[in-house]
Amino acid sequence: MIEIGLGHYLSLGAIIFFLGVIGIFLNRKNVIVILMSIELILLAVNINLISFSIFSGDIVGQIFTMLILTVAAAEAAIGLAIIVIYYRNRGSIRVEDIHGMRG
Amino acid sequence: MLFHSVFFYFFSVIAIFSSLMVITSRNTVNSVFFLILDFISVGCLFIMVGAEFLGMIILIVYVGAVAVLFLFVVMMLNVAEQKQSWFIGKKSTHIPIGLIVSVLILLELLVVVGGWKYKDDLMSSSTLILSDISNTHQLGLVMYTDYILYFQLAGIILLLSMIGAILLTFRKRTGVKKQSYFNQISRNPSSSIELRDVESNKGVKIDD
Repeated sequence: MIEIGLGHYLSLGAIIFFLGVIGIFLNRKNVIVILMSIELILLAVNINLISFSIFSGDIVGQIFTMLILTVAAAEAAIGLAIIVIYYRNRGSIRVEDIHGMRG
Repeated sequence: MLFHSVFFYFFSVIAIFSSLMVITSRNTVNSVFFLILDFISVGCLFIMVGAEFLGMIILIVYVGAVAVLFLFVVMMLNVAEQKQSWFIGKKSTHIPIGLIVSVLILLELLVVVGGWKYKDDLMSSSTLILSDISNTHQLGLVMYTDYILYFQLAGIILLLSMIGAILLTFRKRTGVKKQSYFNQISRNPSSSIELRDVESNKGVKIDD
């Protein structure tokens, strides 16, 4: 309990990943919150990579964390641009109103 | 060691609480604020565990750029009035399935973590963490040599996302008076000046 090891960090990452997945599945109102859940999932992946990198003494995990950060920033920019043009065309970004592909 | 565990539990409880509030908050602006709190506490965890450079990068990139981008979009789109209401209103079929899948994922991850055993000869890589130089120095030593192609690829991804975001949100407005450089530059005297002889006491008729 006192000794903080790799398992503690991995459990934290698992819980944050779980919360992100739940946010994607259960959100019925707002697309922006779904994008934020994706950011939470990527953050959980970063926690895993960094804790493995520190506890196994290999620096490469931190480099992959930087690459994931890049992809997360790019994904947020593109996703928010898509949301902006969707709102401009339809006037609503509620999840229930987005059924153009009958999904 | 005691301080390490106390700070670990402090920051991780804040991180879990704020990520819970991100997905359950009724107001989208509050969700963005809790997302910022989540990023900050995870960045503090990274600094605490020894990855100082990435903790600072998390603060700069996530809190300084991504979360502020979310905040701007939430402000622009006027979605703050769309309150989230879960479990209320019409029932959806994929809420129970989503719950089951998420709980199964969490259970599987926790089982994997709980049954995990460290292999002793795992530390045989060529990029071991050295203790006499700083974290940033080590990252630079590896990233700019062995992983230079990945670094360049990250730059290309950022460039593509920038071009994509600009192209997606670009629109031509009609009815806006705007200076047209091409029309200005492509004028020449033969098309824009007309010379006329003016007879005395007659004047000249200007046709428009």
